[in-house]
Amino acid sequence: MTTAPAVEAIDLAKHFGATRAVDGVSFVVPEGSVLGLLGPNGAGKTTLVRMLTTLSVPTSGTGRVAGFDILRQPTEVRRSMGLTGQAATVDEILTGRENLKLIGSLYGLPRKYVKDATERLFARFDLVDAADRMAKTYSGGMRRRLDLAVSLLAAPPILFLDEPTTGLDPQSRSGLWAVLRELVSEGTTLVLTTQYLEEADHLADEIVVVDKGRVIAAGTPTQLKDQAGQASVVVTLTHASDVDRAAELMSSCSAEVHVERGSRRLTAQAGGLGDMTRIAAVFETSGIELDDLGLARPSLDDVFLHLTGHRAEAGGAADLTNEGVAS
Amino acid sequence: MTAVQATTRAPAARPPISPPTLLRASSTIVWRNLLHIRRMPEMLLDVTVQSVMFVLLFAYVFGGAIAVRGADYKEFLLPGIMVQTMVFSSAIVAMGLTSDLQKGIVDRFKSLPIARSAVLVGRSISSLIHSSIGVAVMALTGLLIGWRIRNGVVDGLLAFLLLLLFGFALIWLGIWVGSMMRTVEAVQGFMFTVMFPLTFVANTFAPPESMPAWLRAIAEWNPVSAVTQACRELWGNGAPAAADAAWPLQHPVAVSIGWSLLLTAVFAPLAVSAFRRRSRD
Repeated sequence: MTTAPAVEAIDLAKHFGATRAVDGVSFVVPEGSVLGLLGPNGAGKTTLVRMLTTLSVPTSGTGRVAGFDILRQPTEVRRSMGLTGQAATVDEILTGRENLKLIGSLYGLPRKYVKDATERLFARFDLVDAADRMAKTYSGGMRRRLDLAVSLLAAPPILFLDEPTTGLDPQSRSGLWAVLRELVSEGTTLVLTTQYLEEADHLADEIVVVDKGRVIAAGTPTQLKDQAGQASVVVTLTHASDVDRAAELMSSCSAEVHVERGSRRLTAQAGGLGDMTRIAAVFETSGIELDDLGLARPSLDDVFLHLTGHRAEAGGAADLTNEGVAS
Repeated sequence: MTAVQATTRAPAARPPISPPTLLRASSTIVWRNLLHIRRMPEMLLDVTVQSVMFVLLFAYVFGGAIAVRGADYKEFLLPGIMVQTMVFSSAIVAMGLTSDLQKGIVDRFKSLPIARSAVLVGRSISSLIHSSIGVAVMALTGLLIGWRIRNGVVDGLLAFLLLLLFGFALIWLGIWVGSMMRTVEAVQGFMFTVMFPLTFVANTFAPPESMPAWLRAIAEWNPVSAVTQACRELWGNGAPAAADAAWPLQHPVAVSIGWSLLLTAVFAPLAVSAFRRRSRD
């Protein structure tokens, strides 16, 4: 790659008194790619974004956005990026259109451009009908979209999004994802924070996992999933009475078998497809009836559990990504 | 690679960004703040309906019981109420700033290529306009109930300028408090706790001569009293301060200017550094 990276964090740290919110974080985001900063609440993701967008001054370390140093060239940094903060920071008392007019004027953009861009962005974000209503009448999803429209007004090549879909219903969330993918296809570099593993998996080319202010893992979603260890074979029996016999049979194929009696489900550590076919063959000859047999690869949530010893999403169930389902 | 396309595509579509001057950015923020007032005229209640109620309450309920030398009580009252209205600018600026900080609007402004002081300048100007609307309403109310400017246009305008200058000085107190506190409710509670003694332990509603000696001393040295006395003298609303009144009331115009400069000198650095500190995190 010959081009300079779009965003660089260079040993960034931010201490609030004795609390090390961010404790020496480095990463590089190539131009046109999507970086997902993944971590639980309080991991330091927001502070990282605030430092890179010049809202917060680092205790030590620095960063570069579009090649500009965040400490020495903050104005150039601000011209090169857009920011969609955690709480949708739109002005509730102004209408959607006035919000864009306000920001356009503060960027010093030509009036005509702001007018045209507003129409374009509102059409794109499905806000045309709401354009002249006060933003306080908007739904959560609409506010986020307006916030995003505001961030995109000056067509920044780099966009920071701090938990863009937190608090949105599933429909608004997938709508926002579609918009973000479109931006990426147009060449925008995205840095987004999320506590949703699904979101990082879905959008990011590279994921940096942050916990307690430090990077604990980095890589592509696939690399991270591989790190979490082995896949497993999951078998669901038709009859509860077969559970003990099935457990015995599976133990002969795998070192570790986990039994959930209530749901008639058995999980065995497996190296891959070979183990799955072996287990399938064993059941075939035993005559035990199965509802389901499949290979489960670890989800990002499992990755997080593996890396940190705690789950990323409070109460978030591990959504197993089943591959090769037979029923 | 996509990255190569990105370099050729994204910048090409960018509009010309010409970061505005401090003046232009500030006036944009003023426009936005005034739009808030237009959308929510109830924001003006504090300096209009409330102040009119104060005028009526004191002019017709308490006024008869308050003895004033050399003037009708209503003439005595109006300058005091106007100073009180101006003092409220500091609460208005504080609440507006905290609300913007709390809602992330200040963060949004800070992420733009504008001078960060534009946030404060815009806030201050719109708060002064807010209070000035209140003073204008007071003046009209006053005219209706018999208050007059009796000393000519120049002195009359000078008094209004003194009011603005004093309001400007107190704006810094508001920015300081607004930058330190986390919620609008906390600001409101704090500012009103400060505003009430500041505007009542003074010559605003009753002559200090009737107060106990220690309280009278506080009242007469209160900057609010100097400004009120200055306005009364410039507008010709009543007699000069009592012969035994403290020194500030003997030279109210000069002292008003002095207090305004002193308050600005004390609170402006505190306010700017508190806002900076808040803005670094």
